[in-house]
Amino acid sequence: MLPENKLELVCPAGSLPALKVAVDNGADCVYLGFRDDTNARNFTGLNFDAANARTGVEYAHAKGAKVFLALNTYPKSHGSERWTKAIDQAAENGMDAIILADPGLMQYAMKTHPQLHLHLSVQGSATNYEAINFYHEHFGIRRAVLPRVLSFAQVEELAAGTPVELELFGFGGLCVMVEGRCSLSSYVTGESPNNCGVCSPPKAVRWQKTAKGLESRLNGVLIDRYADDENTGYPTLCKGRFEVEGETYYAMEEPTSLNTLELLPELLRIKVRGLKIEGRQRSPAYVGQVTRVWREAIDQCMKNPQGFSVKPAWTTELGKISEGQQQTLGAYHRPWK
Amino acid sequence: MKLALGPVLYYWTQEKLQEFYEEIAAAPVDIVYLGETVCSRRHIMRLSDWLEVAEMLAAAGKTVVLSTLALIESESDLKSLRRIAENSDFTVEANDMGAVHRLANRMPFIAGPYLNIYNPQTLHLVASLGARRWVMPVEMSHEALQPLQQLRPEGMETEVFSYGRLPLAFSSRCFTARFHNLPKDDCRFLCINDPDGKTMRTREGKPFLVINGTQTQSALVYNLIGDLDSLRNAGVDVVRISPQSEHTAEIIRLFRDRLEQRISPENAAQQIESVMPEAACNGYWHGRPGMEQMFLASAMQHE
Repeated sequence: MLPENKLELVCPAGSLPALKVAVDNGADCVYLGFRDDTNARNFTGLNFDAANARTGVEYAHAKGAKVFLALNTYPKSHGSERWTKAIDQAAENGMDAIILADPGLMQYAMKTHPQLHLHLSVQGSATNYEAINFYHEHFGIRRAVLPRVLSFAQVEELAAGTPVELELFGFGGLCVMVEGRCSLSSYVTGESPNNCGVCSPPKAVRWQKTAKGLESRLNGVLIDRYADDENTGYPTLCKGRFEVEGETYYAMEEPTSLNTLELLPELLRIKVRGLKIEGRQRSPAYVGQVTRVWREAIDQCMKNPQGFSVKPAWTTELGKISEGQQQTLGAYHRPWK
Repeated sequence: MKLALGPVLYYWTQEKLQEFYEEIAAAPVDIVYLGETVCSRRHIMRLSDWLEVAEMLAAAGKTVVLSTLALIESESDLKSLRRIAENSDFTVEANDMGAVHRLANRMPFIAGPYLNIYNPQTLHLVASLGARRWVMPVEMSHEALQPLQQLRPEGMETEVFSYGRLPLAFSSRCFTARFHNLPKDDCRFLCINDPDGKTMRTREGKPFLVINGTQTQSALVYNLIGDLDSLRNAGVDVVRISPQSEHTAEIIRLFRDRLEQRISPENAAQQIESVMPEAACNGYWHGRPGMEQMFLASAMQHE
């Protein structure tokens, strides 16, 4: 069990260099995935093979940091050995927890490696304590990562109804849809987070200069079109501009990053245990920068929650690397909805 | 195969719902799912109102199922869930693991399409907790369904979403309120003006998605009427039609005619076209992007 006032900083590791940078800059935990469709950031050139994972675990443990394995896609029947093998490997490598979404896999992990700590992935779509308690009762999960759709008041209500530790996204990409409940990407490209571990996959993206502007397309579908003076963004399909009844606008969500620095004292107060940074697809430099800022912020907050205030320098530094250079409190702040 | 009518995903007036279900009572459909599954703020129908409709349909010989919300966020959402789970007259469709938690080992239930059952292990788990039927996730193909069918638990029925705009995503943000520049807490329930949702087009005017409050649907209509033989071969037990504001009874009749081999797949596909709000797609079932339309195998043989 963690001490009462401990909030762990959980940082993304898309590669061994990113893992080392995160640990060196003060991450309490890092999370990583193997190099295949068993995790929700199945991108070319990213993630770990067995040897890298072993090295990563040794490096992190030597410096007192924990390692979580993200195994958060849903296996189809054929090829599910990839997932169960990954669980076996996590156990062998001495990983501190595995992050799962699929109940069938949880059952396997619980039976085969009862000592392994299980975390419920954000892809498990648990947005209420009854759902979290379901996974707790049946599989003994220790922690649940909450989808980025709950308001702070709802998180507080949820926290009071479950013995399971909670981990919240604090910074990085913002899914406007409930994770695990979104098939937009497979509708357009055939591949989704649930079935392939990807959203709006790069191989389906085309950029084209036209007389009307620079166009981004996903498997042929026009996601956005940019004038010369506009910043372009990756065509994640929920962050494009579309037309509804004659109005063209970001119909679902602007290109923006989640940033919950100012909520830190409140998160501590309701005993949130993990503060998760999104971005296994980002560079080691990015991971280092973000980890540094959040380490400092969390340390200050744990030392003196009442006197905590967000330093302008933190906001500036994070602003420079945010998607669309914009930041939001997202759903935690009710009016966002 | 049996025919089921899914829950109405849009916000309709009480009068419209009343009229709709009176027509459904006379339509050749076996199972009817009732209840609000999309937004907890929609309040026109209370549970007692739904139960009245349920009794009317049951008296007309329909098997009625009460569906629960797909996105349960607050204590008051949980209260509504418990009231539905504790009803003693009708089977419940669980659309969230919280609902499964309430129903497990208490009464037989239906595992809804949003539970993410992708493999036999998970299917066996929900079966052991009391699920008697499961609804395949919409993005699953018939090829991916096969192993689940082969290892299907004893007595478990399989249902496939087979007609209607695809429920693709849920958010806690209301996109209808966003369109009107209103916060969700003051949405004024304007989605009641869009009985089939609001179409979202790409910047070159192509119908892409549909806004239905907190739900995002496909603009194209998923339509497996030409694929029913392949559903039957896959051992599917129940075919689900999702309601639209007009012509639902006609669509049910066409599916029934096709199921009973009174019309050919080509004929059925052709006749249904005139009553669809947008063009058809069937990619998911064929292991393709959902928005694609694969031609009928039999039609291709004729070419």
